[in-house]
Amino acid sequence: MAGMKGKFRWRLLIILVVLIGALIYFFPTLATLADETPSWWPKFFPQDKIHLGLDLQGGMHLILEVETAKAVESSVERIKNDLKNDLKKENIYSTYIDRVQGDKIEVVLLNPEVKEREGGFDDYLKEEYPILKEINSSQEGDRVKVLLEMDPRQIEEIKKSAVDQALETIRNRIDQFGVSEPEIARQGANRILIQLPGVDDPQRAKDLIGKTALLEFKLVDEEYSRQGALTGEIPFGDVILYQRQEDPKTGALRKIPFLIKDRTLMTGDALQDARVRFDQYNGLPYVSLSLKPVGARDFDRITAENVGKRLAIILDNNVYSAPVIKQRISGGQAVIEGSFTLDEAKDLAIVLRAGSLPAPVQILEERTVGPSLGQDSINKGIKSIIIGGILVVLFMIVYYKAAGIVADMALIMNLIIIMGVLGAFRATLTLPGIAGLVLTVGMAVDANVLIFERIREELRLGKTPLAAIDAGYSKAFLTIMDANVTTLIAALVLLQFGTGPIKGFAVTLSIGIVASMFTAIVVTRFVFDLVLSRVRVKRLSI
Amino acid sequence: MEIIKSGTKIDFMGKRTPAFLLSGALIIAGIVSLIVHGGPNYGIDFAGGTVIQVRFSQPVSPADIRESLKDVGLAGTVQRFGAEGVGEYLIRLQTTSSDLEGLSATINDVLAKRFGGETFEIRRTEMVGPKVGKDLRSKGLQAIIAALIGILIYISVRFKLRFAVGAVVALAHDVLITIGVFSLTNKEFSLPVLAALLTIVGYSLNDTIVVYDRIRENTGRMRRELFEKTVNISINETLSRTILTSCTTLIVVIVLFLMGGGVIHDFAFALLVGIVVGTYSSIFVASPLVVVWEKRFPAKQR
Repeated sequence: MAGMKGKFRWRLLIILVVLIGALIYFFPTLATLADETPSWWPKFFPQDKIHLGLDLQGGMHLILEVETAKAVESSVERIKNDLKNDLKKENIYSTYIDRVQGDKIEVVLLNPEVKEREGGFDDYLKEEYPILKEINSSQEGDRVKVLLEMDPRQIEEIKKSAVDQALETIRNRIDQFGVSEPEIARQGANRILIQLPGVDDPQRAKDLIGKTALLEFKLVDEEYSRQGALTGEIPFGDVILYQRQEDPKTGALRKIPFLIKDRTLMTGDALQDARVRFDQYNGLPYVSLSLKPVGARDFDRITAENVGKRLAIILDNNVYSAPVIKQRISGGQAVIEGSFTLDEAKDLAIVLRAGSLPAPVQILEERTVGPSLGQDSINKGIKSIIIGGILVVLFMIVYYKAAGIVADMALIMNLIIIMGVLGAFRATLTLPGIAGLVLTVGMAVDANVLIFERIREELRLGKTPLAAIDAGYSKAFLTIMDANVTTLIAALVLLQFGTGPIKGFAVTLSIGIVASMFTAIVVTRFVFDLVLSRVRVKRLSI
Repeated sequence: MEIIKSGTKIDFMGKRTPAFLLSGALIIAGIVSLIVHGGPNYGIDFAGGTVIQVRFSQPVSPADIRESLKDVGLAGTVQRFGAEGVGEYLIRLQTTSSDLEGLSATINDVLAKRFGGETFEIRRTEMVGPKVGKDLRSKGLQAIIAALIGILIYISVRFKLRFAVGAVVALAHDVLITIGVFSLTNKEFSLPVLAALLTIVGYSLNDTIVVYDRIRENTGRMRRELFEKTVNISINETLSRTILTSCTTLIVVIVLFLMGGGVIHDFAFALLVGIVVGTYSSIFVASPLVVVWEKRFPAKQR
């Protein structure tokens, strides 16, 4: 009998540890339903609440794809420009150099001698541009056409660093935008997952995240008529870019064309800082830029060389302003003016400070849930759990009488354990996760149904209550194991595959299955043994 | 209390031919519907597209919403969402937009122009690009296959092969019928529905295994009985439990279906169908198949 008591004590201890542990981890969440965690709650106890998914608390989920091919192209473009200048300097005569097929460079050399002579094109390339490989060359008359390609390893490197850099830049932007608990992660080779809880202006957040924010300073070409360029030939080395202007009264959008010299004088890389300032006369916001020392020197030189000309400030191929350079500017300060709203000016300052994206991004997936819908879902979910729970609890009592009450205790403990585990692991509860909880309520009693039916059978065979319980539990045990393991396999597969909300479902289902094995087998058995050791029961209420 | 009195002697085995015919008819009906509809009615998760949930302060006519979308060249379907009189609608568009301006802004403007800016609230926007949709589709298929293989391995280890075959055929049966019902009722096949399917796989197997366990146990005890009879006794002995567990699970799923709200309505519907079908299949499909297999390929020794 002493041994028996010892066994009781151990089981009681385990059950209490699990129950109290779960309650401690569940408590902070429970407390928020009322208000804040009360002041008497010890500081060294867990404070973390169950994390709500975006579908419950509202927010935005984005999957972006970094167009890494574009990063490779612009890198090849830069190399091509360098190569063009260098070949000229080295007197390696070419008649044509350009970027073709996106990421390849075509060079037409004057004659075969230029290519093959000592110190000629081939030697120079090997020496100075080892990342370029010749993929084929063909002679056309006197000329030699050479097609160059970047080293594939180099291309991979550029792609990878483009994604890394985009991730970093976006993280910076979001940090400065001020979102609590954002999640920004790389997904696969070139995708970025972004979760922003509680964002109330999704459009603004999207603009902020996705803007390439490539800032360029270029000169306006005033030698040619803009009208002529618009209708006919664009002069060599020029492009037409537009300034968008919104009429403050009608909201109509106007596009003003500019003829711009395509050579970039300076980019956003030269920026040290960008801040919102207000015009002292009309109070309108503008963005003030301060340049790094190197940038300031460049800017000084550029303005000195071009006094009287117009300098266009271009962001993502949109002209923001094109002021006339009245004098040399030495202080390393510049401004971007436009008809900004305050938010627009703020966001522009943020993206300029955080730097430009190395390549454009595309939105592959977007899911936005408003806060009111989230709250609705929570309310409906809680209502479903309560009503479903009450119905199952009543059903078990009606069907199994006293034993049903024992099973119900196990069920309630099961729910507490699930919530505790969710709190302890800071798992995310989603709407399908709540559905998983409701489903668990229905399925968790299964183990007890199996055991109780078995006990009934044993009783019918004429066994005593104690013997029937013993046989019922031991015979049902393997069945319960087998049945639960298979459900667990399905749940774990879901966990691997699922994203966001679906993962939440798999999480609660998995925890529920494991917890139900403990509560339905260990806890109910303990209650039966405890009661039967104190009271002599002739007939089981089952 | 007892729903199923103990000691039932229902001849399930004898009814296996009509049962197989019924199952076959349901599966064929589903497949025909799938062929006619050109595959499952994929939701945006799998097909790509945009869904926007709008709530107006007062009910408006879905046709009006559709008209205003047409003004900006967007063709979409508009559907009432949730209870009547709530003024909540679901706008579905096949179009997706990868650029930053986004469709939701356009739709917001269009609706504001038509109905006034203060009268509605965009509660949910979901845009899935075609690339992601394709990814999710293949991943979803992988998930189902992975789950089936995992389960097949587990059952083969714990039971004999003939059981594994019966169980997996029963699973395929449940999944096919549920997909078929979705096609017949023209409901959308979305990511949550796929999750429901995997849950059904787990649940239905749960039922099947309970019966199999009993068959295995009884085969040891009733060596002299015909295998067919042993199976029949086993189904009868576990019948009470099978019905009961289905009851408790159905109770909560019906509650979810009725009260869980529009977002998980289809999910709950899939579970509802799956649980009914899964319970049926563990009695009328999975176990009889073991008998059929045994007759075709008798085990050398039992």
